[in-house]
Amino acid sequence: MATYTLKINGSTKKVDVDPATPVLWVLREHLNMQGTKYGCGVAMCGACTIHLNGTAVRSCQLPVSAIGNSEITTIEGLSKNGDHPVQKAWLEHDVAQCGYCQTGQIMTAAALLKTNPNPTDVQIEAAMSGNICRCGTYLRIKDAIKSAAKQK
Amino acid sequence: MEKNMPSHSRRSFLKSSILAGGGLMISFSSLAKFRPKGLMNEANLPEQWYEITGYIKITPDNIIKILNPNPEFGQNVMTSLPMIVAEELDVDWDKILVEMGPHDNSKLGPQFTGGSNSIRMYWRPLREAGAAARQMLRESAAQTWGVPVEEVTTKSGMLYHEKSGKSGKYGEFASKAASLPIPKGVKLKDVKSFKVIRSSQKNVEGLKIVTGKPLFALDHMQEGMLIAMIQHPPAFGMKLKSFDAAETLKMPGIKDVFSLKLYEDGFEQGGFDTRTFNDLLVVTGNTTWEVMNARKKLKVNWEPISDTKDTMAGRGQKREVIVPGGLESTSTHLAKMAEYAKKPAQQLRKDGDPETAFKNAAKILERTYNAPFLAHNCMEPMNFFADVTEEKALLIGPLQAPGWIEPTLSKILKLPADKIEIQMTRMGGGFGLRAYGHYLVEAAIISKKAKAPVKLVYSREDDMTYGIYRPMYTATYRAALDANKNLIAFHVKGGGIPEHAIHANRFPAGAIDNYLAESWEIPSNITIGAFRAPRSNFNAAAEQSFLDELAELMGKDPIEFRLELLKRAKENPVGKNNEYDADRYAGVLKLVKEKSGWNNAEHKKYSRGVAAYFCHNSYAAHVVDIVKKDGQPYVERVFSAVDCGVVINPDAAINMVQGAVVDGIGNAFYGGLTFKDGVPEQNNFNRYRMIRLREAPKKIDVNFVQNDIDPTGLGEPPFPPVFAAVANALYKNTGKRFYNQPFINDLTKKS
Ligand code: FES
Ligand code: FES
Repeated sequence: MATYTLKINGSTKKVDVDPATPVLWVLREHLNMQGTKYGCGVAMCGACTIHLNGTAVRSCQLPVSAIGNSEITTIEGLSKNGDHPVQKAWLEHDVAQCGYCQTGQIMTAAALLKTNPNPTDVQIEAAMSGNICRCGTYLRIKDAIKSAAKQK
Repeated sequence: MEKNMPSHSRRSFLKSSILAGGGLMISFSSLAKFRPKGLMNEANLPEQWYEITGYIKITPDNIIKILNPNPEFGQNVMTSLPMIVAEELDVDWDKILVEMGPHDNSKLGPQFTGGSNSIRMYWRPLREAGAAARQMLRESAAQTWGVPVEEVTTKSGMLYHEKSGKSGKYGEFASKAASLPIPKGVKLKDVKSFKVIRSSQKNVEGLKIVTGKPLFALDHMQEGMLIAMIQHPPAFGMKLKSFDAAETLKMPGIKDVFSLKLYEDGFEQGGFDTRTFNDLLVVTGNTTWEVMNARKKLKVNWEPISDTKDTMAGRGQKREVIVPGGLESTSTHLAKMAEYAKKPAQQLRKDGDPETAFKNAAKILERTYNAPFLAHNCMEPMNFFADVTEEKALLIGPLQAPGWIEPTLSKILKLPADKIEIQMTRMGGGFGLRAYGHYLVEAAIISKKAKAPVKLVYSREDDMTYGIYRPMYTATYRAALDANKNLIAFHVKGGGIPEHAIHANRFPAGAIDNYLAESWEIPSNITIGAFRAPRSNFNAAAEQSFLDELAELMGKDPIEFRLELLKRAKENPVGKNNEYDADRYAGVLKLVKEKSGWNNAEHKKYSRGVAAYFCHNSYAAHVVDIVKKDGQPYVERVFSAVDCGVVINPDAAINMVQGAVVDGIGNAFYGGLTFKDGVPEQNNFNRYRMIRLREAPKKIDVNFVQNDIDPTGLGEPPFPPVFAAVANALYKNTGKRFYNQPFINDLTKKS
């Protein structure tokens, strides 16, 4: 066990956990932030995607001991009222079916648009193909990303 | 707190409203007050609710709340079912609040998500509930105003009496309406006048989903709650012999390690009880990560299981089933299937004299199709929260059919049903798997033993290797042609491990004079269950690929060939019990032909494949367009035509069909769970390939047949024909027929 002070969504949080604990579980079970989802635990599905200093990373393979001073953003911190352009586009296209994968999809998409405000189809495909949607909402995900890009 | 106002007896309301939804009975014989659940994000709601029917609440200040009775797993019933009520109630959709109903079959009907039945089951009851409520409000206004009820009209949640110029909001008349008896036989709206139904409305939980609210059971947290995980045997055909938990118990955050039996010996299993492994070796602790890690330190001895006898008491009849012991492998499965395919099989249907026709045939086409076990891979792994004491049980989690598992729980926990409360959470996918509640039962008995509230969590590996899979299937199709290339006989012989997939009374049965359908099955200890369009998902893949090859042999266009057969089935059907409506079947083929521009020269750059199917009372057809991308065949476009009667929420319905198409392409190309000595060879997404965004089509053009027929299923019907449409397009693209799923194996094989 060790104590970590983490910068999450603009505030600092203290946790006392095993250094190997993935950020995913720190968020979900120590900080009660359930928006970041568990899907595979092996960085193959993207359900657990967060931003680390603005870059999309899979939190299930990221030990809390590796965070240091980096800033974490989770879906809870992406916007105040669900009004980030990507979230708005998701609602406009009514993307979700079961919805389980969608917070991870949104976090990956938001990070993509931050570095590349006008991604091509191929760039969207490259960025988003690490996120599985078992319900098959990929077309709407792509359309929503394009809408969000236009809004920005 | 909410209070329900006293009301008259409602015991007769909708009592006779019974739908033939897959044999499920809906009885609303007791619509008395129900217990409302906690209200999230609705802090400003007034305290008093007046319950008008089991589905609708209207406050004096006109807040209208509609209860969704059925479990939500992504098919969007949280939105579409309340839309049906809103239509008949005559209120504006944007004024409606929707709440997930409690599990209570006596008040809310069958509450079962599966068999593409949600809309179909609730269509009439919900319309009647809405219409009855509207009628009571009119009656209430009529009495208040002293005018004849016939003169009271409604519009958008308002009541009007034109002659006197009186008007008022529903809410003003709600309390009085609640004291009126519920009317019977209220006239329903004319389909043509629908305003809410057939308009596209957004998912009512959309904002909660995109902001990551804790909607799913895996998100459930509670003071004093333990996390539990099960260490299951490494292979089907094995069971727990002994274990040493010393190392595990030394790990931080670990509470206990114990073993339990899921079912006691001789337990009579209901139709949806299933045990993948009966001995549960359980680790409990404070957090998921700690339990996951500590579980790895268990030292366990496993031993092989010999044949076991299961008593199945569900679905009508009681019977004994022998589950064979042994460690099974895919290679032996394939060999066994080939061997069984040659043996005499059970006849399912016979028309005419197929034997003689085959004997006299000028040409016979024979092809065999194979498909592997499939894992459901719901994105939210199986889990359940349970708080069980000697007196009562609370269960919170993802479940497609709480009413089917409650009797099991009642037996196992020795608690009466009224001491068991099951709360239904939004499911992170279901696809059939969550109709089986073994993980709920596991959570319940673990909680009872641990004497604590417990959340049982399956890791992805548990979920994939401890599953209730889509069976492994095979089928051999034969067609006999005369010297003029006329189709004179058709024969299908299908088998599976442990179940076959043949639907003997479906197309092309009914269209061919000499027809034979047969089946056989090989028992197995690998557990199987419903997977999106059970049986149909293989039946369609095989049959519709065969028809394509047959059409080619006969020199016919594949759509025209099917239409000819359907014409025959309509005008002069062969045999009885043909399950499909030939006109509606032909309808989707004609629509997809038109929308895809089938045979139009402008689509030349595409390798096109077509397939259609009927299941779950609906009809679907697809045209799949393949191009080469990076040297590999890629499904770039799909045109879909679906006939499911009235479409409640068109945009959401399109989403569902697009999802089914993507799911179908993914499973056709990549899906498959293989076994080696009882061990599933894929245990996570690094080995089990799922379709990714880059492999999904650029366009899926969804078209619905426009008619006013009562709605039928949509979650499943578009799925089965995708496989064959893909196979048929692949043939056009590669020159090779694809007989074995997943197709990626043959695609990457060096020729
Ligand atoms: S849970 Fe992290 S990628 Fe799947
Ligand atoms: S919406 Fe269900 S997994 Fe993506």
